[in-house]
Amino acid sequence: MELSGAEIVVRCLKDEGVEYIFGYPGGSVLHIYDALFQQDDVRHILVRHEQGATHAADGYARSTGKPGVVLVTSGPGATNAVTGIATAFMDSIPLVVLTGQVPRAVIGSDAFQECDTIGITRPCVKHNFLVSDLSKLAETIKKAFYIATTGRPGPVVVDIPKDITDPKVKIPYEYPKTVEIRSYHPQVKGHHWQIKKAVDLLQGARQPMIYTGGGVILGNASKALIDLTRFLGFPITQTLMGLGSYPATDRQFLGMLGMHGTYEANMGMHQCDVLLAIGARFDDRVTGQLAQFCPDAKIIHIDVDPASISKTVRVDIPIVGDVQTVLEEMMTVLKASDFKASSQDISDWWASIERWRAFDCLGFDRHSPKIKPQRVIEELWEVTGGQAFVTSDVGQHQMWAAQFYKFDEPRRWINSGGLGTMGFGLPAAIGVKLGHPEADVACITGEASIQMCIQELATALQYRTGIKVINLNNGYMGMVRQWQEFSYESRYSESYLETLPDFVRLAEAYGHVGIRVEQPGDVRPALEEAFRLKDRTVFLDILTDPAENVYPMIEAGKGHHEMRMAPGVSTDRELA
Amino acid sequence: MKRHIISILIENEAGALSRVAGLFSARGYNIETLTVAPTEDASMSRMTLVTSGSDEIVEQITKQLNKLIDVVKLVDLSESPHIERELMMVKVRAMGEMREEITRLCDIFRGNILDVTPTSFVIEVTGEKSKLDAFLRGIADDHIIEVVRSGTTGIPRGERGLHA
Repeated sequence: MELSGAEIVVRCLKDEGVEYIFGYPGGSVLHIYDALFQQDDVRHILVRHEQGATHAADGYARSTGKPGVVLVTSGPGATNAVTGIATAFMDSIPLVVLTGQVPRAVIGSDAFQECDTIGITRPCVKHNFLVSDLSKLAETIKKAFYIATTGRPGPVVVDIPKDITDPKVKIPYEYPKTVEIRSYHPQVKGHHWQIKKAVDLLQGARQPMIYTGGGVILGNASKALIDLTRFLGFPITQTLMGLGSYPATDRQFLGMLGMHGTYEANMGMHQCDVLLAIGARFDDRVTGQLAQFCPDAKIIHIDVDPASISKTVRVDIPIVGDVQTVLEEMMTVLKASDFKASSQDISDWWASIERWRAFDCLGFDRHSPKIKPQRVIEELWEVTGGQAFVTSDVGQHQMWAAQFYKFDEPRRWINSGGLGTMGFGLPAAIGVKLGHPEADVACITGEASIQMCIQELATALQYRTGIKVINLNNGYMGMVRQWQEFSYESRYSESYLETLPDFVRLAEAYGHVGIRVEQPGDVRPALEEAFRLKDRTVFLDILTDPAENVYPMIEAGKGHHEMRMAPGVSTDRELA
Repeated sequence: MKRHIISILIENEAGALSRVAGLFSARGYNIETLTVAPTEDASMSRMTLVTSGSDEIVEQITKQLNKLIDVVKLVDLSESPHIERELMMVKVRAMGEMREEITRLCDIFRGNILDVTPTSFVIEVTGEKSKLDAFLRGIADDHIIEVVRSGTTGIPRGERGLHA
């Protein structure tokens, strides 16, 4: 079969099993768009800004486990995609981003809509390719999918000069079944003796903690994690990226840890004697002050990326390998050992944890006449039966969503953890909904974040993705305002948005349903109404208490045991 | 802070060098010298990079380098017996008695004089970094017109080698 470069691109996507491609046309990719027009296998989703394309593909990838695919043009098309590529890179999300490039003959001449896409994206991709030869096109695309989805996943950019896709030049096409890259062999199996050593350490633990991150979700190791955690009977805490891989409603779950983690999770970290870290990267928002991190703990760290191990925190037993494979082997070794959860008495440890838990560090004023954002999330959880896919933007609403929506399953909580990209939530929700047409999809956002990619409301209408935008509107860039209150004597420098649009009318102008909610009692009926309108995108503009802060909090330079609690919650008795 | 010589086999692809250089600048690692040239295998280049840092930093450097898809293999030469060499060309002002003195110094360091004019020499010296540094210390600063150094390159001793 002889195909042109443009046809090869589209055919490769089909052969790779790609369902959706998120993109925006332009000069350098017109040949590819023409080839897309002439087939029905791969469905193109037209976004309104290239950043939206990358976030939508990202949301699709996070929620389905399949790679997200993006197609943008050269120059501004590629640079607009960079924020989304960097977002995916920081959270290790598999994306294949196809960017158009000016024809080979004019590369380097500052041609119209030319930019050095390979150079610009190099620091925020797992790898990138410039296709310099038509005969290598199919193989390069295959390599891109292989690299993006194996080992520690990540975005891969394939930059394709326009003349490579020339419809007049045809070559024989065959999609490679496999690909071998001599310099790339991700480790799958963990070192057996390291696993044995880890099991020995776990057996001797008196105050153990399990701490897991996004790697468990990316590695589809949720079941293995649940089996191991239940077998051990140890307390477990998770990072922002890890939520959902262990049921949040389970008694062994202590909630999220870190800057806005729970008191019980952070105190547990501070006082543990053995820490089992799985698919987590000891991020600064998780560890707090490094010098005070888990001062008495021996640390076991399982991760597929050797560079994540001992990067910020030295660990005692590193295990490099695929998380699921390692956890399963660990379980086998544990079962063959004389370990019995019942024989290992950690009841004193659990008693301490229950004492910390009793402080109810996430408590808030349930009798306020104002709408409390925390309560909105609780009601969202109730109305959706805890089964929704929830995306978020970045800020206070993101933390409240993580704290109050109890995720019981992996891939349901979709947010930009590493890069912290405002504008992520809405396009990501569109990608999630396309991947899960029957599911409830909510985007928890704020009036500042939502405006960063609000143009994607048009995309939501075009593809009838019935998502529910929960806008926690407090009139401030809430997290900025909170830091200014705590650290800058309430000098609210530029964190107040004076000229907010009328979101209800804006949603209506985009062809959606808009509902404003101003009273606490109206929240639940509005949520119920929104989810009843199954196929419609509904924008709930919920006016929440502008003074509310996210608690508890570890402020900069503090350790896990030095949390700032909500006013009225004192841990003095405990700390004395 | 210890000096490390990291020898890297890297795919001979456009942009491979910038991936390594970019990694160092993005993560704030320091590069003392960097040399790249083809190898016996046309599909690969050999890069020799001299850096310094604590053990933790150097461990991260080697892990991060290994993570680059274009890096085929690498070895920290300084961890085992090895030979290191650097080539230096120095242009010196040489007149009167100085011509004799510089020639003698050149002999001591087994250097070669590559170019001679009535007022200057170009001298070639090869050796470890410390030897080249010592040679330069032997010539008064105001006699030196120009110094060009290749950066360090190296190879492990014995039969061990770095192959794909």
